[in-house]
Amino acid sequence: MSVLIYAENSKGKLKKSSFEAASYAYSVANMLNTDAYAISIGEVSNEELEKLAKYGIKKILTVNTAQMHSFVNQAYASVIAEAAKSLSSDVVVLSATFSGKALAPRLAVKLQAAYVDGAISLPTNDASFTVRKGAFSGKAFADVSMSVANKVIAINPNSFPIAENAQPAVVEAFAPSVKDTDFRTIVKEIIQAVDKVSLPEAEIVVSAGRGLKGPENWGMIEELADLLGAATACSKPVSDAHWRPHSEHVGQTGIAVSPNLYIAIGISGAIQHLAGVSSSKVIVVINKDPEAPFFKAADYGIVGDAFEVVPKLIAAVKEFKATHA
Amino acid sequence: MKVLVCISNVPDTTTKINFNDDKTVFNATGVQFIINPYDEIALTRALELTEAQGGTVTVINIGDPSTDVTIRKALAIGATDAVRINSVARDAFFVATQIAAYAKDQGFDLILTGRESIDYNGAQVASLLGEMLDLPSISILKSLQIEGGTATLEREIEGGKEVITCPLPLVASASEGMAEPRIPNMRGIMSARTKPLTVVEPVEVPNFQHIIKFEKPESRGQVKLVNADEVNKLVDLLHSEAKAI
Repeated sequence: MSVLIYAENSKGKLKKSSFEAASYAYSVANMLNTDAYAISIGEVSNEELEKLAKYGIKKILTVNTAQMHSFVNQAYASVIAEAAKSLSSDVVVLSATFSGKALAPRLAVKLQAAYVDGAISLPTNDASFTVRKGAFSGKAFADVSMSVANKVIAINPNSFPIAENAQPAVVEAFAPSVKDTDFRTIVKEIIQAVDKVSLPEAEIVVSAGRGLKGPENWGMIEELADLLGAATACSKPVSDAHWRPHSEHVGQTGIAVSPNLYIAIGISGAIQHLAGVSSSKVIVVINKDPEAPFFKAADYGIVGDAFEVVPKLIAAVKEFKATHA
Repeated sequence: MKVLVCISNVPDTTTKINFNDDKTVFNATGVQFIINPYDEIALTRALELTEAQGGTVTVINIGDPSTDVTIRKALAIGATDAVRINSVARDAFFVATQIAAYAKDQGFDLILTGRESIDYNGAQVASLLGEMLDLPSISILKSLQIEGGTATLEREIEGGKEVITCPLPLVASASEGMAEPRIPNMRGIMSARTKPLTVVEPVEVPNFQHIIKFEKPESRGQVKLVNADEVNKLVDLLHSEAKAI
């Protein structure tokens, strides 16, 4: 018995979500009176992997062969399944990132495991092993009991604090037996904006809607986001009108986010939009219509025109940063 | 090209979600059901591809006879024929097992799903099907092109995208931007009535997990309003009270 995490990396650096998974796995291992291990796949240095020790991981397996350098969900699922079997791990934890979501169901089939995607709680400490997840696109929660021996849990990014539980750890090379048919998909190119905070992982999100009147007015939204180290987002009408890319659309049929702070500017707060932001910790709404439904779902609000309030907010954040630097 | 599109019957996006008294079952009274929006995108892209290159599009749904309305809508949009597995969808593993059992000897070149259903948000069926049918699977597509038996796909990743090639057959899940959903026209609606809808009995599926309770998020309470002339106060509150910056 043990708990295994899949430690995901981006360009050789472990993702923040991997440390969240490590912290989560450490808590689960403690509950089950066992140890937490990790498997890393891809080109990651041992020194980088040793960072996992700080979060309670005792052993880190690494698969760093050239064949494994780019992500193929089928092959990665095979490797993780084999690692879980060799370490007798009955619980596998990973982050519900785009890649995590793509490989975890395949892993669950291989391990004949119960699988919960987007977990937002630790499992209950009883035989029902119940984990809470979002349902109805943020409009509700579902408590899912995992009733078989093996479990795979994909945790929601930004839902668990990173907790330090430092202890010594060993890094070991792992040589899995993968099949050629695991590599039918070939990654040709990875296109990534280097200077932008990614929306699903962002701790602060600055989002704007039709109240901005047109794509040419997004400069102040981007400026505010840059100042706060935030990702930019938008409402559905904005992406439908191609003012902003679909990848920025937050809501029931777009991306669900759970940042520490969600700032909604010129968004009225349709039920579909609220669904995608309901798990944000703090919500600020700026809207000139005092009757906008979003104010009923917000923690803080300013009734005012975005074109007047946002420049003032930018100035106020600059002043705040100058005094708190 | 033979395409299978998996469609889910879900509450309309404007639905206020409620549960029965012991919070174990979704209360569907008075709820309007629709094709899961992401599945509709998958369906539209499948139609675009088969219209350009020839082929058929079969839609499959796991549901009781009440879901026929949603299936007929998919036929009105343009699907060639439909299959309904006569059962109630229990969870993603159940759904994928039913679809895999049907699809395994049908020779589909391409199986598409939506990125996730907007009710249970599992985002699982495409990857489950890939594993069950031993096919490659690519999740959360931004685009899909097919030429000479090879697909070129763009997959969403944090802060960007991956460009992937893969030989057919394969399974993939669709997301926004891949196609613009179509509104069925009168001819489509008329022809949908007579298109074949085959009903297939379900296979047995082991139960690995179950939902024991639903809950709705707690309300945030009263909003704290800050005057538009005192924006500094908002920044102070976000720092000292909310600890968000």
